Amino acid sequence: MKFLYQVGDYIMIMFQAFKRPDKGKVFRRQLFIDFQNMGATSIGVVTIISVFFGAIIAIQTAENIDNPMIPLTTIGFSVRQMMILEFGPTIISLILVGKVGSSIASEIGTMRVSEQIDALKVMGINPANYLILPKITAAMLYNPVLITFSIILGILGGWAASVFTGIVTTTIYIEGLRAWYDPFTITYAFAKTEVFAFIIASVSGYKGYTVKGGSVEVGQASTSAVVTCTILIVVFDLILTQMMLM
Amino acid sequence: MIEVKNISKSFNGQQVLKDITTRFEKGKTNLIIGQSGSGKTVLMKCCIGLIDADEGDVIFDGKVFSRLSGKEQRITRQEMGMLFQGGALFDSYTVEENVMFPLNMFTKMTFDEKKDRVNYVLDRVNIAEANHKFPSEISGGMIKRVAIARAIALNPKYLFCDEPNSGLDPKTAEVIDRLISDLTEEFGMTTVINTHDMNSVLQIGQTIVFIYNGELWWEGDKNGIMKTDNAELNDFVFSTELTRRAK
Ligand SMILES: Nc1ncnc2c1ncn2[C@@H]1O[C@H](COP(=O)(O)OP(=O)(O)O)[C@@H](O)[C@H]1O
Ligand SMILES: [Mg+2]
Repeated sequence: MKFLYQVGDYIMIMFQAFKRPDKGKVFRRQLFIDFQNMGATSIGVVTIISVFFGAIIAIQTAENIDNPMIPLTTIGFSVRQMMILEFGPTIISLILVGKVGSSIASEIGTMRVSEQIDALKVMGINPANYLILPKITAAMLYNPVLITFSIILGILGGWAASVFTGIVTTTIYIEGLRAWYDPFTITYAFAKTEVFAFIIASVSGYKGYTVKGGSVEVGQASTSAVVTCTILIVVFDLILTQMMLM
Repeated sequence: MIEVKNISKSFNGQQVLKDITTRFEKGKTNLIIGQSGSGKTVLMKCCIGLIDADEGDVIFDGKVFSRLSGKEQRITRQEMGMLFQGGALFDSYTVEENVMFPLNMFTKMTFDEKKDRVNYVLDRVNIAEANHKFPSEISGGMIKRVAIARAIALNPKYLFCDEPNSGLDPKTAEVIDRLISDLTEEFGMTTVINTHDMNSVLQIGQTIVFIYNGELWWEGDKNGIMKTDNAELNDFVFSTELTRRAK
């Protein structure tokens, strides 16, 4: 029951958020601020995790193919597939839930409990539009860049691990990267990324926007945003995978 | 002038405001007084449209707010300024950006014009040399004054203040009260102030409504309040040793 109520409430707030901004200039400014925040908070962790993951996939794949029937090009191939299909879009999005989602929820939640949202409304501003829309826009523009970056770094990490541990040569690794390539996997990756970006920014924004109470409730909203986004992301991962890859 | 007509409001079956009818006059400081939890904030938020009343109307100089279209409501809102209990400054913006915010949103002024206006209102509330500080870097009294500056930046017709001097020391509280009352007179605003502070009542209580458990219990002015024989109001007014002695 509560769940249905929340879904309805979420949809209504999104309707308000997706109105045309009163002032383009103000919207662009907010967007720019959100870009900066997202860039600053997430680029470091994404870099580290992507490089390590690429390296780990390469080593694990090598470990598992001591059968001479399986070509060594499988290593490059596996790293590429894993990074594009799942690691880039899904795992990075899950990491962004913890970084970006929780910060959106607590930022907007704090504005709610300190009456800053009321102050916006009194001024005749649509607060959902002013606060949430730039964040959704920023996430949907920025996350694909970040995920592309992650995929590239993962592939580089896999290459570094392969070459430095002497598993395969650069030539074979690259040959693997180019094997059995299906451009549709990229479409699939970006479709997932966009859906996840929307989930992260809109659900976290919603959770913050509807906080009632004080700082304790802001903390709870932030946690709840993380949990809800995580569940939604894995559910939509399954749905999109079924729809697009089957 | 703001007329409040038969406002009622319940939350989850509990009635917080019961059929309140009163009026707030132009160019005066109109006080809503009452104990904590008596419904002052809810009444103010009903007036300003932040809470939808279950019944009743609020009329701004003849315009019934609830009957205006969405767009007209937003235009009327631009004629209102509100000072929130905690100031509600945007904490990611500097003092200057906070005050400039409504100007950015609703005027076509050039940057220099906006800057002049910001400096004028900040000067008016006696804030100097703080333009580039963030709300977290200034004192509670300054936050209230910047919030007043932001509220009056667009020259509002109606000013609402929710407990303007809560959390301030008595001296600063008096400064804020004076400031609000001077601005009200200077700009001919209809000012509505929530308070439970008897000092404010005696300082600036030009018209006073006393809310008791969500009901309008007494109306009058600061002279009347000292002589009233209304038991609950007496209880509220003379709750401290100081006020009892003053009487
Ligand atoms: N959004 C709300 N939901 C439920 N109850 C509320 C809400 N806002 C206020 N109340 C209740 O209404 C009563 C009056 O509150 P309020 O107007 O804030 O009092 P005060 O006179 O101290 O400003 C309180 O009992 C409060 O708990
Ligand atoms: Mg109150």
